[in-house]
Amino acid sequence: MEKIESANQEALRRMLAGDPVLVDVIPASEAIPDLREHMILHAGPPIEWASMCGPMRGAVAGIAVFEGWAPDLDVAADMAAAGEFEFHPNHRFDSVGPMTGMTTMNQPVMVVENRTFDNRAFCTMNEGLGKVMRFGGNDAEVLDRLRWLRDSLGPSMGRALRALDGIPLKGLVGRGLAMGDEMHQRNVGCSGLILRAVAPALAETSSETGALVDALSFIGGNDQFFLNIAMAMGKAITDPVIGIEGSSVVTAMSRNGTDFGIRVSGTGDTWFVAPVEMPDGLYFPGFTEADANPDMGDSTIVETVGLGGFAMGAAPAVAGFVGVGAASEAANFTRTMSQITVGENPEWTIPAMDYMGVPTGIDIRLVVETGLAPTINTGIAHKDPGVGQVGAGVVRAPMACFEQALVAFAETMGVS
Amino acid sequence: MSATVLNHVRKGFYLDSVALMRLSRTIANMDGIEEAALMMGTPANMRIMADAGLLEISAHKTEGGDLVIGIRARSANAAHAALAEANTMLDRPANPGRDQQAWRPRTISAARQSMPEANLALISVPGDFAAAEARKALRDSLNVMIFSDNVTLEDEIALKREARDFGLLVMGPDCGTAIINGQPLAFANKVPRGDIGIVGASGTGIQEVSCLIARGGGGISQAIGVGGRDLSEEVGGITTLMALDALDQDPNTGQIILISKPPARSVASRITERIAASSKAHTVCFIGAENVELPDNATLTVTLTEAAETALGGVRIGEGFGYLAPDGPLPPGRRQVRGLFSGGTLCAEAQAIFRSRGQPVSSNAPIPSASHLGKVNKAHTMIDLGVDEFTRGRPHPMIDPTVRDMALAEALEDPSTGVILLDVVIGYGAHSDPAGHLAGVVGTNRPADGPAVVASVTGTDDDPQIRSRQIATLETAGILVAPSNATAALLALAHIQTPAR
Amino acid sequence: MPENKQQLNTLLNSPLHVINVGLEEFAQNLKDRGVSVVHVDWSPPAGGNPKLAALLAKLSE
Repeated sequence: MEKIESANQEALRRMLAGDPVLVDVIPASEAIPDLREHMILHAGPPIEWASMCGPMRGAVAGIAVFEGWAPDLDVAADMAAAGEFEFHPNHRFDSVGPMTGMTTMNQPVMVVENRTFDNRAFCTMNEGLGKVMRFGGNDAEVLDRLRWLRDSLGPSMGRALRALDGIPLKGLVGRGLAMGDEMHQRNVGCSGLILRAVAPALAETSSETGALVDALSFIGGNDQFFLNIAMAMGKAITDPVIGIEGSSVVTAMSRNGTDFGIRVSGTGDTWFVAPVEMPDGLYFPGFTEADANPDMGDSTIVETVGLGGFAMGAAPAVAGFVGVGAASEAANFTRTMSQITVGENPEWTIPAMDYMGVPTGIDIRLVVETGLAPTINTGIAHKDPGVGQVGAGVVRAPMACFEQALVAFAETMGVS
Repeated sequence: MSATVLNHVRKGFYLDSVALMRLSRTIANMDGIEEAALMMGTPANMRIMADAGLLEISAHKTEGGDLVIGIRARSANAAHAALAEANTMLDRPANPGRDQQAWRPRTISAARQSMPEANLALISVPGDFAAAEARKALRDSLNVMIFSDNVTLEDEIALKREARDFGLLVMGPDCGTAIINGQPLAFANKVPRGDIGIVGASGTGIQEVSCLIARGGGGISQAIGVGGRDLSEEVGGITTLMALDALDQDPNTGQIILISKPPARSVASRITERIAASSKAHTVCFIGAENVELPDNATLTVTLTEAAETALGGVRIGEGFGYLAPDGPLPPGRRQVRGLFSGGTLCAEAQAIFRSRGQPVSSNAPIPSASHLGKVNKAHTMIDLGVDEFTRGRPHPMIDPTVRDMALAEALEDPSTGVILLDVVIGYGAHSDPAGHLAGVVGTNRPADGPAVVASVTGTDDDPQIRSRQIATLETAGILVAPSNATAALLALAHIQTPAR
Repeated sequence: MPENKQQLNTLLNSPLHVINVGLEEFAQNLKDRGVSVVHVDWSPPAGGNPKLAALLAKLSE
């Protein structure tokens, strides 16, 4: 249909025209004025306490204690069960969060501004690996770290970024692709580039050597530091694509540990949900599939903009890590994903694939027609709160989401 | 002891009909297995499986993209062993020798992007899906060959009209054969390149004529299949006319043969008009039709054999073959000829020859002068086993010779059968040893003092099956082999016309 | 959309490049004879679900 084709071309145009810049780190309450006491934003489509998985419940209890809404974890859990917290998806308030994705008033969030369209997207900072809130960790160590992010690293980063007038991200990501990153499971190149970009400004705007050392060590020691920036960048790129009449392009993909949800440009804010699938992957020593938590997190926003599993051809090292087989098979994933997308991104190219641009603009019609669901490179969390990552793998978005979306989208086009 | 029926559904797992047939045969042959089938879960296929006693689950639980396994065994153990083997085979890569890492496009459009120079889409998906795929191909500027049958007439008309507007060719539906630029496509035979062009509304018709020409020392420039309904009133000969145009303009084509069952009258006149406008010689064979007005540059022949002979400038096929003199009379009471054909046009040709000699003929695909099966009891019967009703959800008899087995065994055992008439079509896409298979069935089921079995082999010695070897296999089994389908029909006729003992 | 009406004559007098959709054997036969061919790893649109396939057809016209 002509109308759909031109709407999709417009969607692609907007995605490619985005100019995402990491501009600040500020308290969530400043970034999101609607945030208030007892309000908790989480990853994925809407979910209530009763349906939440172990790690998400652990994170909810932990963040309630962090915010001072409950004196301890048990009271926090009781309050949650009694309906005393208001839960909303991050996506509803211009933000995203990895894994459990807790976003609340007093946490620092990074701000990515899309200067082409003047919209902003937010994401908390990456806590590091192991026992962290994004895997459901909620003990004193976890909360202390969150306090340090709130009181030290957050403000330091904010000062540095403002002094720089922001760090442009599109070119940085392009360089990361050439370094073997795909921005979901592998961010080591971009994390290094970010450190290089921000370190002098951090030093210049720092008033206390100890804090500076901590900041540089923290960022320098976290291979996945860039993940959260990539996620906010992804959201900043896709938000201007929401609501183009007649467009069948996906604007968000997200999971809450129970359900997988997608949103489609032509159907606005509606979530199309289905139960998450289990990842197919490799487990760290001592762990097996029996330990795995179902798929979770807003990080699939990076696949939505052509990175992650879609850019696997740039990251052959990931292939082994996520257990898909030979490194030489990584490129096939990218080629396969190009069969369900509207176009390519000429600024994010993959040298090893003759500079093919990453497949961009997932078209739900192509997904349903070919039976090829988007391929996601994901971390696998332990199903018990606070244990951490136990593996990594490839998971597919459930076909049911796209089938439902197709029916709803068809209705908007007067077709049934 | 009651049988165990076991079902297993592999959701979203697709395999083509030939691959499924092979797997089904292997599983069915395992110890303790009475019957087995692997089929895609369409409603029609589920009915077939239910009828075969292979379905215990509700047919509503499956969709066309799901692979359904049905096994009926004498014991639960055997059933489970067979199911395990089936799953192992499904999970094994199809061709270990081939590059498994190779990326494969899932759609025509993705394939087109990887091959911008593509100029032809060859479509052989199940009939329900073929028209949609053909439409996608046309919109991607591809000529189309639709091998699939069970495509609706409405879809055929819409596709051909759209193709004509684009200047593209739609060969088919139900186009089993084409030879483009010397390359055989789908079912076709290895024949030399030459200056004789063929336009055929039937695959086996093209195969027969092209092979006879090859044996007579000639060669083929192009063989364009137009599909069995192209010359109907409704379709109006769209592809035939485009093909005649193309061959008329083709510098490598010196003369043209047109093969079809008799066309609708309005269409016939458009065809003859087009032929008259050409400067090239045409040979026209409207199987069995004798009173057709043709322009001066066209010769009418009644049989495919005569069409080949005319194009070859008078070479006689089967020179010296004694088809007028059978070995001896048939046993008493055996007066009926039972023709069992995998090729529709070959079936029509046999009917035409019998009718032209005044013999009553009935068929499931009768030519105008023959009657429908069941109407006339004493008539000779000519069955086309490749018609849509037989091939829904199953491979064509040229791929799967077992389709003919039951009818053949029944004809051999029937005491009134005098002659069994068969076509054996070889070449690319056909079964690897149809003669061997037939020899087995005939050897097992023919009674002493039974009917004569007459066959012809459509093919060449350059085909994978090697025509002369196929003939040798048939003759060793006591089957009489004529040099062409038409001569085989005449030989069968001669048997019947020789007074009985 | 195709641009010109010469496509058919182009087919008959230039090298054959085939996109094969359906029986894999046909592609293999062509490949064995050195003909340029791409085989499409086809499966029924929308997993064979007729309702969705019909919707798709209308939305993809």
